[in-house]
Parts: sequence; C-alpha cells; structure tokens
Amino acid sequence: MAAREPRSIAGGAGGAAEAASRLTVAPRATARAAWLGQALENERVLGFLLLSPTVVLLGLFIAYPFVKGVWISLTNATVGNPGAFVGLHNFEKVFHDSIFRQATYNTFVYTALATVGKLALGMWLALLLNRHFRAKRLVRASMLLPFIIPTVLSTLAWKWMFDPTFSVLNWSLYHAGIIQTRIGWLTDPTMALMSVVVVNIWRGMPFYAISLLAGLQTVSPELHEAAAIDGANGWQRFWRITWPLVLPVTMVVTLFSVIQTFADFQLVYALTGGGPANSTHLFATYAYQVGIVTGLLGEGAAASLAMFPMLFVIVIIQLWYIRRVEGA
Amino acid sequence: MAAKRINRRQFVRISGAAAAVAGTGLDAILSAQRAPAYAQGAKLHLTRWVDFVPAGDEVLAKQMVEAGKALGAEVTLERINANDLQPRITAAVSSGSGPDIFHMLHNWCYLYENSLVDVTDIAEPIGKAQGGFYQPVVDATKVGKAFRAVPHAIVGGQIAYRKSLFAEVGAKEFPKTWQEYREVGKKLKAKGFPIGQTAGHTFGDAPGFWYPYMWSWGGKEVEKDGKTVAINSKETVESIKFATAFWKDACDEGGLAWDDASNNRAFLSGSISATLNGASIYIESLRNPDKYKTDKGEQMKTDILHAGNPAGPKGQFHYHASFHHGIMSYSKNQKLAKEFIKWLHAKERFEPWFLAEKGFSVGATKIWEEHAMWKDDPVMLPYRTAARAFQLFGFAGPPSAKASEAYSKYIVVDMYAKAIQGTSAEDAAKWAEGELKRIYG
Repeated sequence: MAAREPRSIAGGAGGAAEAASRLTVAPRATARAAWLGQALENERVLGFLLLSPTVVLLGLFIAYPFVKGVWISLTNATVGNPGAFVGLHNFEKVFHDSIFRQATYNTFVYTALATVGKLALGMWLALLLNRHFRAKRLVRASMLLPFIIPTVLSTLAWKWMFDPTFSVLNWSLYHAGIIQTRIGWLTDPTMALMSVVVVNIWRGMPFYAISLLAGLQTVSPELHEAAAIDGANGWQRFWRITWPLVLPVTMVVTLFSVIQTFADFQLVYALTGGGPANSTHLFATYAYQVGIVTGLLGEGAAASLAMFPMLFVIVIIQLWYIRRVEGA
Repeated sequence: MAAKRINRRQFVRISGAAAAVAGTGLDAILSAQRAPAYAQGAKLHLTRWVDFVPAGDEVLAKQMVEAGKALGAEVTLERINANDLQPRITAAVSSGSGPDIFHMLHNWCYLYENSLVDVTDIAEPIGKAQGGFYQPVVDATKVGKAFRAVPHAIVGGQIAYRKSLFAEVGAKEFPKTWQEYREVGKKLKAKGFPIGQTAGHTFGDAPGFWYPYMWSWGGKEVEKDGKTVAINSKETVESIKFATAFWKDACDEGGLAWDDASNNRAFLSGSISATLNGASIYIESLRNPDKYKTDKGEQMKTDILHAGNPAGPKGQFHYHASFHHGIMSYSKNQKLAKEFIKWLHAKERFEPWFLAEKGFSVGATKIWEEHAMWKDDPVMLPYRTAARAFQLFGFAGPPSAKASEAYSKYIVVDMYAKAIQGTSAEDAAKWAEGELKRIYG
C-alpha cells in the first residue's frame, strides 16, 4: 500500500513560515504513515486490530459477567454481604432442593414441547407462506407481530385471556357450549405449564416460519416439478425434497431456539411468577427468585449456572448433528 | 468562575440558619424559613409501592414538592409494583447505587440489615411523639438494638364480605370459626358467589391469609428458639386437610393463580362474596359508587362489611402488612434522608395522607386510633384497632432473616397450594419441613 501524501496543516495561500513548517512536518508524517502502512500489511497485526473491539466487548459483557457469576456461585454472598468462599456448597444445596428439581423438570418439558411445537407450526406456516396468494407480503409481515411485540406486553394480554375469573377463552368456550365449568389455565399445575408452553409457541413460531421460509425459497421449483411428473404426491415431495434441503437451516434455527427457550425468563415471570406452587418455575425464574428476590446471591448464581452444563451438552449434540447433516 | 460575594447581612442570615439547623434540626429549619445549607442542590430519591388507594399516592406526590421546598432538595418519588420492590433493592445494593430510601415491607429489615442505615435516632422520637409504635412493627424493624427502618404505616387485613349474600344463606353475622366460615362458604359457592382467596406467588394477600390461618390451628414454622423447624406437626397437617376441603367446598378455585389485585377485581365485579384484604375494595367502591353494583343493581359500597379472621382451634390470628422507610447505606444523602423521613412522618404530614387512605393504611403509631376520622364510617371501624394484635413471619421464633427468606420463597403458601392441587396433607407438610430445614438448618 502506497503511503499517502501528507496534507497541509494550514491550508490556503501560505507565506514563507508556513512553507518552512510544511517542509519539517512532511518527512516525519510520511515516515509515520509508512510505518503504519507496513504494520497493517502484517496480517497478524491487522487481524488483532480488527478483532480487538470485539474481544473487548465480549470480555466486558460476556466473559466478565460469566466469571463473576461463577465466583459468586462459589461464595455464600447475600445481598449487602460479599460472602466467603464455600466451594461447591451452593451447588450441593440447590441439587438437594425439591423446587430446583421441579424447575429442572419443568425446563426440559417446556423446552422440548415448545421447540417441537414451534418447529411443526413454523414449518407449516412457512409452507403456506411460500405459496402465491393475494396480499402475500402483508401476511408475511404481519406474521412477525408476535415476535416484534415486547414479550411482557403480549404476555400480559395472555394473562388476561387465561385469567382464572375473567378469562375470555373460558367465556367464549362456555358460550359456545364446549365447556360447562371453567378451565383452570393457570391454576392446575399441568395446565399452567402447558399454558406457558402455548404462549412460548405463539411468540416463537414466527421466528421459525420466517427463517424456514427463507430456506424454502432456495429450493428450486424444478425439483418439485420433476418429482410431480414422476408421480410423487405432496407428502412425498415434502419428505424427499423439501425437508432434506431445508434441514441445515432448520437445525440452526432450532439451535438458537433451544438456547433461548431453555433460558427463558420474562414470559413465565410475567404470566405465573413460577406458580402455582412452583409448577411453572424454570431455571431462570427460580434462580431469579432465589438470587434477586430473596437476596441469596450465591445460591441464586449456582441455580442459574446449573443450567449451563445441561445447555452445553444440548448445544454440542446439535452442533455435531448440524455438521453431520452439512457433511452428508 | 468568579466566587459569589456575600455581604455581611447575608452572612449573618445564612450562618444563623445553619446554626439553627445544627442546634435544633428540622424545627429550626422551618422556623428559619430557608433550606438547610447542606442540602442545597441535593437530590433525594424515594421508591415506594404503588398504593392500592390512589388518593394516598396523590397526597404523597404533593408532599414531595413541599418537602423539596422545606429541605432545599429535589425529592423524587418513584412508585413500583410491590412485587418488584425486593428485586429493585437487591439490584440497588449490589450495584451500590439507586434510591436513597426504599419502602421496606414486612420484616425485610432482617434480610437487608447490612445495607440499611441505623435510624434509631429518628425512629424513637417519632414513636414517642405519637403514642408509641405497635410492638409488631418494632419487632419488624428493630434488628438487634437498632432500628433499620422507620415504621410508617400498617395495612390491616380484614375480611371484606357482602352482607346481603351472607344474610341470604342465613349468616346474620360473620362466622366466628373456620368451620362456620366453610359451611357458609359452601352455601355461597352453591349460589355462585364463592369465597375468594389467593394461594399464588404474591407479596401481600397470600402470606397475609395463610400464615395466620396456620397459626390459628396451632401450626408454626419453628419453635421459640427460632431454629428448630416445627412445621410438620399434627396441627399443621389438620390445617392442611381442612384447607383443601375449604377450598373445594367454599372457595373460587381460580385463586391459585391470583395476585394481590385479583381478589379486588373479583369482589368488585360481584364474582366472589368474601375475601381477606386491606380496605382497598371498600374504598374503591366509595370512589366509584356508580361503577360497582351488586347483582340487584345497588351500589356495591352499601353491601360491604369487614370482619376479622375466623378462629381456629388455637384462637384468632392475624397478619397485617407493615410498611417502613429504610435509608440505604450506599446513599450519599443519609443526613438529608433522615431529615426527610422526620419531616414526612411528622403528624402534620402524616395526617393528610392518613385521611386520604381512609383507613386502608393506619398509623404505625398508636395515636392514630384516636383520630376523628374513625367516626365518619362505621364500616371501616374493624381496621381502627386491627394493628393492636398481630404477629410476624417466623412464629413461634423471633423475626429473622431466615423467616424473611421462607416468606420470599412462599414456603407456607405453597404448602397449602400443593395440597389444594392434590398432594396429600402429610406430604405437603413434609415438603415444607424439608424446605424450611434447608433455610433454618
């Protein structure tokens, strides 16, 4: 890379003094620019410079909180008390805690059901949106609404719909003659967990649908035409052509979704607060309850970090599978 | 910037005011008719719950402006959902910054002891000047020998009930025992007007109902030593068995998912016939008489009465939520915060707020029992002396951080909620015992 001509500092019509100044500044500036140019020619230096802002940001906002969280989980810190090192005592305590065990079970059920639901409905929606119809763009855009609306806001609307006393769903079902007594959407432990799963599916489905739609649009129509000519029906065309081609995209979308769902917080916090009787507590809501509400920072951090190895294993399996699919 | 010169007269006036402040405190500030020198340009941030009686918050908002003038500081009132107060306190303490004064509820002072300033020097004179604090609020705020917050008010818990509905099923007066309450409730539920009570994760009504209910049967979290877990007792198991039957026979089963506002809405809409609550239901019906009507078209306010909890085998028990103001130790304005609390808790400032609350919040001091306001509305009379007798979480032990932890984790509430959902009474008590042992152990 050629060094650039040094620019005049004063500019305009200069006198003798200005000319002299330019003469003394120019060689030094040229040397500096040349040195910088040479340094940037070095790929290692350039790479380091380009990466450093990202490393700093990741260090500040990801690594530091993570390490700090690990440290707190190894202490008996409470709110207003830095605490002392207690080793793995907090982990031992949470693993013997029945509420934590219930939160673990809930988290796995919640993640599994919500992921399958979002994938199935998201794929179905994507296939529908991939067809040609009037106002296609408007419908596609509107499908994103559940994903765009702030979760707390939409969850409050669901809370109203599931309200034990004033549920519009119960009212509608009752007046349609479908039910005779109220359904305890948020009062029965199983129904409460299913209700939060339903809201999660509603919120997350558009992400799947739009991502899978992008994948579907890369599938050549000629493949479908050729298969149709060979006598393949709709299901066979989907299963033999569409599914294998969108599988890599599907796996990546599922990976993101599993991570988000496993660590979900705000939906459950706003809808049930973990109740009734802890039947909807997830890792994140229980860790919040223990660490932030009750002020047991060490124990709360341990409850929060306990999800890390489990999530790590899930992610590793998924990444391995994605590589296998892509390599096939 | 050039220093501003002051003349001799100004110097004498300012130094006179400062001397008065140093000598006699707030009274001197007010008589000097100018803000104390230390507070010039200072800011004070107070975070409280969103009051169930909006008129109370309106009075407070005005008083913040007056306080600003009196103390020469900018006073900000922030109001948040009561369920969000504890997370805010934890976040503020952990970051070492945030509101100077927090609304402290129940016996949270034990949980946040290290982060609260000793306010004994202002709490004791306030109590003394107003007939003394009720003992339970002293127990809730005095950790060891030091007040960690200044008691401000108590929200009494009484059962609001529909007198016409109770009369229709033959209850001319409110049931005296849980058994009678269940029998009346059974008839009311059959008519479509169940009793409504929360067993959910919510700060006030849930523990406010289930703790005294348990005590009235002889159940307790721990022994007097405050260490030995005693919840898994014959008495507690009996109380759980009765509670599940009571719930099924007499209660709105949606209560498992209710928060503190749900029973207010259910009562005012005419869906339930009774609920343990502060007086906010009645006060709201007074505020909007034509909005809330009975099924017969009459104003709801004319059909509401209040009564204390029914008695169990061991007697009648109550829990009333006490509210305090605590100064955070990270605050840079601790002196100003103390002056502000003295100002706000003084009789002249407390009275307009007390009147706006109409008895929903009563004083933490005894003098307010004698206020003429109580003559205005006999429906509110049960709240007048409610604060005289109640006990705190952690009974039979003393109030403690452990008791606050058990409260924050809803152990007692969830013990009953689990049984209502189908867990056997024995297993529910055993579960609670295990959880409490983890806390107290």
